This record gives sequence, structure tokens and C-alpha cells, in this order.
Amino acid sequence: MNSFSYNKAHDVAEAVADIQEHEGARFIAGGTNLLDLMKENVMKPAHLTDINRLDLADIKENEEGGLTLGALVTNADTAWNERVEQRYPLLSKAILAGASPQLRNMATNGGNLFQRTRCYYFYDTATACNKREPGSGCSAINGINRIHAILGTSEHCIATHPSDMCVALAALDAKVNVTGPNGDRTVEFGDFHRLPGNTPHLDNNISQGELVTSIDLPPSNFTKNVFYLKVRDRQSYAFALVSVAAALDLEGDVIKDIRVAMGGVAHKPWRRREVEESYIGKVASTENFRALAETMLTGAVGFGGNTFKIELAKRAIVRALNEALKSGENL
Amino acid sequence: MTTESAVLEEPVVKKQELPEFELVNLTINGQSFKLKLQPWVSLLDAIREYAGLTGTKKGCDHGQCGACTVLINGKRINSCLTLAVMRDGEAITTIEGLSDGVVNHPLQDAFIEHDAFQCGYCTPGQICSAVGMINEGRANSLEDVQELMSGNICRCGAYNNINAAIMEVKSKMA
Repeated sequence: MNSFSYNKAHDVAEAVADIQEHEGARFIAGGTNLLDLMKENVMKPAHLTDINRLDLADIKENEEGGLTLGALVTNADTAWNERVEQRYPLLSKAILAGASPQLRNMATNGGNLFQRTRCYYFYDTATACNKREPGSGCSAINGINRIHAILGTSEHCIATHPSDMCVALAALDAKVNVTGPNGDRTVEFGDFHRLPGNTPHLDNNISQGELVTSIDLPPSNFTKNVFYLKVRDRQSYAFALVSVAAALDLEGDVIKDIRVAMGGVAHKPWRRREVEESYIGKVASTENFRALAETMLTGAVGFGGNTFKIELAKRAIVRALNEALKSGENL
Repeated sequence: MTTESAVLEEPVVKKQELPEFELVNLTINGQSFKLKLQPWVSLLDAIREYAGLTGTKKGCDHGQCGACTVLINGKRINSCLTLAVMRDGEAITTIEGLSDGVVNHPLQDAFIEHDAFQCGYCTPGQICSAVGMINEGRANSLEDVQELMSGNICRCGAYNNINAAIMEVKSKMA
């Protein structure tokens, strides 16, 4: 790990000022991903602004009738919050599918959004990686790419976003509240993360001086028929090869509304509202789920080691939706 | 020759100015420690190298194995992935703090009873993690225990006995 200077901020204004004042500074909250990457010399901040003392650790009712999750609430306290479990069970399930209990006790909601890819080459400073060192090349495209993206890739990067929580947040139409030197703004979850394109070093549309303060969840009818399916190389404590956040709002066996978001397949959680909308009013059946899955994977491209993910993702969507259908029956 | 020596006298790399040491107050197992630490010292290194409590183990140092698990205000965390400066003023419990030196923690007795270790390197982390899990109150079955203990790797593979030890303590508490 490189040496760095350190300041503890006591309020949001102080945190935003401190990061402006120090070149190469980063915010640190839980630190579970940042410190790991610093130990690997992948990230080398010259200064850390510690935001753990900021008053952002509450889960509150919001004006829309949903919940607002403070950026500093831990993943564990969010997943096991009674209101989150009752009103957003999909989010609880997704969070609990990720990391380990120890990590979830440290990792925060804000920090989860800023997790960096688990691409082996991004972590290995001996190899070329356009995300770590723009212009150096992508080692994964012609390398070992079992865990890599099949959708929305570019010739410069085929990394995936590793978060489970973010897949559920995408499905639930969350909004992210951000503050910075130019004031406050709210970012739709679908606009938070980026596809790699020509700028694979940029994971998201948040500038370095901006601070995530909270995440808004709109009111949701997806309380019964929900399922988070995570397919991985070992049963627990592993990143997803493919994950699916599936939610159904049903009237009898007819789909009133549906959400399908995928993790492990792209540089950001993968969701297509227009595909979901085309199934509203149709019957919740395996046949329709398979047709939806085919459309969701339109344009998918494999790179050899990860080509199996295209069919895997389709089957995962069908299974997750069928499990969501079943989960409602037990209630 | 003159040119060469002139080049040698010029420092090629500018020496980086290191930040001041931070004074960090940690309460570990009820005892107060005032430590002078550089900001990049992990909580794990502070506990082992500065407070001298070597029961907590360094396994992978990347949050993947759980050997460094300690409790902060009763919650289990990986001490390798947090900086000691970030924990200023907090109360930490390590494996040394679970027993009063006379009577073992029930989990310690159960681990001995069930032979829940071979080399023993992961054991302090396993036991602290199990204490944290019981505090959380979410593990109701063997399956739950297996899932919620998955952050602790045992390379000897003593999982069956670890699970048996934990299940016994849980059943006695119920």
C-alpha cells in the first residue's frame, strides 16, 4: 500500500471541502473494496477523507411514500431492517447474496455503488488493463474471461460490475442523491453506472468530488413475488457468474408489472424497461418468461471463456421468474 | 565523468513527505490502548503488532478468509480491511477477550469438545465470527449457520465439527 494523508470529516460540507483540497483524494467509508485495491496497488490515493462520522446512517420514510437509505447505513443493517425486509424483500435478498457477514457489517450502501470490477486483470498490475491504465489494452478479451461481460461490452473493456445490491436497486427504480461543490443532484439508478465504451476507466457518472448521501426507493408493489437468483462457482461468498433480480406484480396469473435486472453480465446492472413493458398484460408462464429472456439477451456476445453465460443468463431469468411466482404462493 | 557525478548528486525520485503519526485510542477487551500509528496501519496490524494481542490471525489480508475476524460493539468484521485510525474510540473484542482467563466462552468449550479445528489458525476468527452470528440472531438452522459462517475459511476442512460446536451452543441458548 502507498502512503497517504488522512482526515476525518465531521459533516458533509467538511467532507466535500476536504476532498477538493487534496489532489488524488478518495472518500473512505467501509473501505472493504478500496483498502483491498490499495493493498494490491491498483488504487493509490494520496489522501483519504474518512466520512464515517457523517450523519448519513439512517433509514427514513421519504415524501414519495418509499424509504430513503442513508449512504452510511451498512449493507447488513439495510438487509435486516424490518421495513426493508417487508417492503423491499428483493433488496434484502440481493444484499444477503453478496460478500460475507463480516464484510456486510462494514460495507455501506454508498460504497456498494462504487465497488470496482473483479476482473482478474484489473487486479493484476503486471498485466494490461484499460480500466486501470487507460490505453494499455484489455488482457481479458483474448485472455481468461470466464467471469466477464456478454452485454454492452466494448473493444476496450469486458469487465462486469460486481454488486448484487445494485442489481436490486436497478430493478426497483432507485434514485441516488449526490452532493458536491456544485450543489445537490439526484441520479436515476440506470444513469448512475456507465458502459465501458471508449472510457472504461470510468465506472460511473459521479465526479471525484461528489458524495453520495442517500438512496431513494420509490413505493413498490413488489413485496410478494420476488426472487434473487445468484449463479456462482461456489454456493456462498463468491461473485456472480450471472444473477437475476426478478419481481412480479400479478393479478391472478396475469402480469400487472414485471422487473428483470441482471448482474454479472455487463459493466452495469442490465435492465431493459421496454422489454418488461411488453409483457404487461400477458400470462406469467414459463413460455413467456423464456421469450422475455431471449429478448433480454439480444445482442449478447461471448469471448470464449464466458460464452456459456448467454444461455445460462436466459435460463437464470426463467428460473428466477418461476421462483418469484412460487414465492408468492407460500405467503 | 563530471557529468556523471552531477547526475548522481541530483535525487531522481523526490522523497515523499510522510504524514504525521495519528494518536489512536482503542479499547481492546476492556483495556485502553493509546497508539501512535501511521494512517495506513490496518486494525489487524494495530491489534497484533502495536497492542501485542496476537490471538487474532492474519490469513489472506484481503477479507477473503475471515481469520482476522474481531467484534466491534458486538458486530463481527474483518480487521484486515479497516484502518485503525477509522476505529478511533471504538470498543473491540478479540479472541483474548472472550474468556475471563478462568472460565471459557461456551463456544471455546464447544470447539474443544467437538474437535472443531486441526491446525487452529482459523479458530480465533471462527469463534469470534460465531459469537457475532449468535448476536445477530438470524441463524435458525444448520443451513443458516453454514451460510452465515461462509466468511470464515478452514483450509483443514473442519467444517462439520465447527458447525456441530456452534449448533450445540445455539441449542443450549434456546
